[in-house]
Amino acid sequence: MTPAILELVLMTIVTAATPLIIAAIGELVTERAGVLNLGVEGMMIVGAALGFAAAYLSGSPLIGALAGMAAGMVLAALFGLLTVGLAINQVAAGLALTIVGVGLSGLLGAGYVGLKRDAPPHLYIPYLSDLPFVGKLVFGQDAFVYGSFVLVAAVAWYLTRTRAGLALRAIGDNHHSAHALGLPVRRTRFLAILFGGACAGMAGAYLSIAYTPFWSPGMTAGRGWIALALVVFSSWRPWRVVLGALLFGGATVLQLHAQAASLGLPGQLLSAVPYLATIAALMVLSIGARRKSAAPAALGQPFVAPR
Amino acid sequence: MSRLNLKLALLSAIAFGMATGAMAAEKLKVGFVYVGPVGDFGYSYQHDQGRQAMQKALGDAVETTFLENVPEADSERSIEQLARSGHKLIFTTSFGFMEPTLKVAKKFPKINFEHATGYKRAANVATYSARFHEGRYVIGQIAGKMTKSNIIGYVASFPIPEVVSGINAFLLGAQSVNPNVKIKIVWANTWFDPGKEADATKALLAQGADIITQHTDSAAPLQEAEKAGKFGFGQASDMIRFAPKAQLTAIVDDWSGYYIERVKAELAGTWKSGDTWGGIGAHMVNLAPFTNMPDDLKKMAEQTEADIASGKLNPFKCPIMDQTGKPVDCKGGTALSDEQVLGMNWYVKGIDDSLPK
Amino acid sequence: MRIDLEARPSRSLALDIGAPIVALIAAILLGGLVVWLMGKSPTRAFSVYFIEPLLEGWSLQELAVKACPLVLIAIGLSFCFRANLWNIGAEGQFVIGGLVGGWLAIATHDGAYQSVIGGWWILPAMLVLGTLAGALYAMIPALLRVWLGVSEILTSLMLVYVAELILDYLSRGPLRDPKGFNFPQSVTFDDVAHLPYLAEGDRLHAGVILAVLAVLIAAFIFSRTLFGFEVRLVGDAPRAARFAGFSDRWLTIAVFAISGGLAGLAGICEVAGQIGQLQPTISPGYGFTAIIVAFLGRLSPFGILIAGLVLALTYIGGESAQVALKLPNDMTRAFQGLLLMCVLIADAATRYRIRFRLGALA
Repeated sequence: MTPAILELVLMTIVTAATPLIIAAIGELVTERAGVLNLGVEGMMIVGAALGFAAAYLSGSPLIGALAGMAAGMVLAALFGLLTVGLAINQVAAGLALTIVGVGLSGLLGAGYVGLKRDAPPHLYIPYLSDLPFVGKLVFGQDAFVYGSFVLVAAVAWYLTRTRAGLALRAIGDNHHSAHALGLPVRRTRFLAILFGGACAGMAGAYLSIAYTPFWSPGMTAGRGWIALALVVFSSWRPWRVVLGALLFGGATVLQLHAQAASLGLPGQLLSAVPYLATIAALMVLSIGARRKSAAPAALGQPFVAPR
Repeated sequence: MSRLNLKLALLSAIAFGMATGAMAAEKLKVGFVYVGPVGDFGYSYQHDQGRQAMQKALGDAVETTFLENVPEADSERSIEQLARSGHKLIFTTSFGFMEPTLKVAKKFPKINFEHATGYKRAANVATYSARFHEGRYVIGQIAGKMTKSNIIGYVASFPIPEVVSGINAFLLGAQSVNPNVKIKIVWANTWFDPGKEADATKALLAQGADIITQHTDSAAPLQEAEKAGKFGFGQASDMIRFAPKAQLTAIVDDWSGYYIERVKAELAGTWKSGDTWGGIGAHMVNLAPFTNMPDDLKKMAEQTEADIASGKLNPFKCPIMDQTGKPVDCKGGTALSDEQVLGMNWYVKGIDDSLPK
Repeated sequence: MRIDLEARPSRSLALDIGAPIVALIAAILLGGLVVWLMGKSPTRAFSVYFIEPLLEGWSLQELAVKACPLVLIAIGLSFCFRANLWNIGAEGQFVIGGLVGGWLAIATHDGAYQSVIGGWWILPAMLVLGTLAGALYAMIPALLRVWLGVSEILTSLMLVYVAELILDYLSRGPLRDPKGFNFPQSVTFDDVAHLPYLAEGDRLHAGVILAVLAVLIAAFIFSRTLFGFEVRLVGDAPRAARFAGFSDRWLTIAVFAISGGLAGLAGICEVAGQIGQLQPTISPGYGFTAIIVAFLGRLSPFGILIAGLVLALTYIGGESAQVALKLPNDMTRAFQGLLLMCVLIADAATRYRIRFRLGALA
């Protein structure tokens, strides 16, 4: 592999990982607050549809991204109303949300099928972006990619270094004692769900605005589910989401490159590599740290204030 | 949101039009079953274009219905639902609908069925498909001429005969004008996943390909080629607006002529089962306008297209060598027989890869 | 706005029946509004979606056929979910069950020995193989969890994709019909490898009986056996269960085996009853839809049976609406989701008194 190809491979891995990182980091915050939202795929695809529509009509990728986030948040609010407001089973509500989202995206996006717009510009800093090998990788990405890293850093800081983050984790670990301490369990959870929705919507918008700049029904192709799996993979730690997404994206991209380089293995076997690699990596990580589950203890349990 | 309002208004206008029309006379009800969404801008979209053209051409005489996104494993009920709701002619447009179509047809002997891309027929089940490989031969020639690196990237979906014969025809076309051409294939293992198709394209570009061709449904590979300043071909429909500088031409499935003809036959009571396998000559496979290429190349492509249409040129004309260099048994006289093409599971000489099985 | 919940001291039958009906009406009104906005008749839509499928013999059969895999899988999942184990890979176990059971049908296709010992054993063997294969496939996440503490959520989900790719590979390659022009389909199964039909029309297959049996057996296990008690205890009060001396390792393996086995059984029933051959995909997502069924049925066997039928109705009704009213597929799907949400809200209303107050959400 020449350095030029290697740089290209790394570039592709980073862009393939970006939507996974964005969606997963949002879900991570939601889950840290103790709420399991299985509707990521649904929020993501509505974000993709509306994100593209808004970017197309306004001509601005920023407005598109914001619209995608807003769309994700609207669905998330619905989910929050059900699960936090009415203490409805989160798994069922999340799956129902995905069904609604997939249908809704088809209806809302119907007028935008077959339209295209240009991808947003990539960063270009004279000299720096022209550096061999690392130039484009570090200084030549689009805003979403940098944004996703800022997002992860912010979430990591928030969860470990701020009072609010601490409170959120306390609520996710034991909502009853958190409530007894006077922490606003339901408000925090609702906001965490909204944040997750915004991230999922933005991840969808990234797909339809930057990654493959057009709208098509079903274009998220299961990435919402992978994002959910990556949160588990990360053991609910922000930077490990990045690790997992790069690993998964890397395995996906590398198998395509392996084919392009004519290794002659069955495509199905190579396509299975990312999933198997993720399992294997998690196994290795688990052998290293034989702790009890890292999951927020109250994950998935509805909270009803005692009286 | 004004766009949505407009759409709703439009939809209701259409709906009212239909409702009032339906009262007027006994119409022939024609049903369609699609495997994808009509908005895929690819395979199912083209079938739906055919349906709309047929509806337009035959106007008040017919009423059409379609079911989209029908999963192949659970399609028997969907087909039966159309049969039970008064549809007299039903088109099932994906290979995976073959057995379910036959089962339903057995239960409803008075209803006629048309199954696309399959090979099993019955008295009331006809089959139809298009000779996509004819189009692939033409774009292969264009690619062979246009490439400077002599490496062409091919984003393939699944190793089924239709895709394999497409690859072979493409390479034979390319070799006919450029003996040094090499082709690199990536199996995306999906018909539709824009992100993955884009990544596959990037991988091929990284391996030095300067022309991208695809047998997956989204416009992503073509767009990726445009981004990289390379060239590519549209798939199933004309995708020029996705890549105005990169699309050389597109293989366009055109089912409208066939649908009109078959529905007319049904109306006239002359419908008969049979097998139709039309190509460029029958206008079931069309090539989008040749763009982004020099004039002499355009002429060459047009000539090839005309020769295939007239039957003067057969993409699978013998002798054809398999991967090991052995000539392939020529069952169709001067060219491969239809059966050989329909069931193709081997590569022609010049492909380094081994076919995934 | 603030919503206050107050647990109801006891459940009332009137509410249990009334709330879902109110939910249904709410969803219908909402859906009707959209249909009306699109310029179609809401009353006609209602009748097509909810009433007509229940009036005709054939659509009632279809209802049972569609509900069969959903109920089978959901019954299995209820064991896992009650024990607080998250097997979300039932789709993969379904696929593997269908694949392995279907393999036997292909291997014995037109077999000469059928005339010697007869083919009577093939179908039972397929069912057993499918069940075992599903259970074994579920052992991967179960054992990884027991041995290494790896989250079963991730492994079971990832293994769905792997199972799909295995089926894809085999049905396009080694298992395809040799006379099938290299198209990706196996031979169609012999009659001896086909589940018998229960009614005219060749749709209602005997798998439906297995689904009902599964419901009955599960109800018995949960209410009458120590094992059922154990499952519930481990889920509700894991500490107490440990004190009582129940091994959660053994239990993890057991409930995964049950849920994988039933998913595998559902897979082979679908293949041997409905599809009649192997092909690259054999499930339109039953394994995931069954998760909704399980929770909609409140993890109780009879609840699951009803929920499975309700979900099946939304599929069939949605399809009828596409045919009769030419509504887009996406519209019927969005409505399906909406309906589910309304039913979930009704469920909440039976458990809690809900009070809305203006003011901040707390």
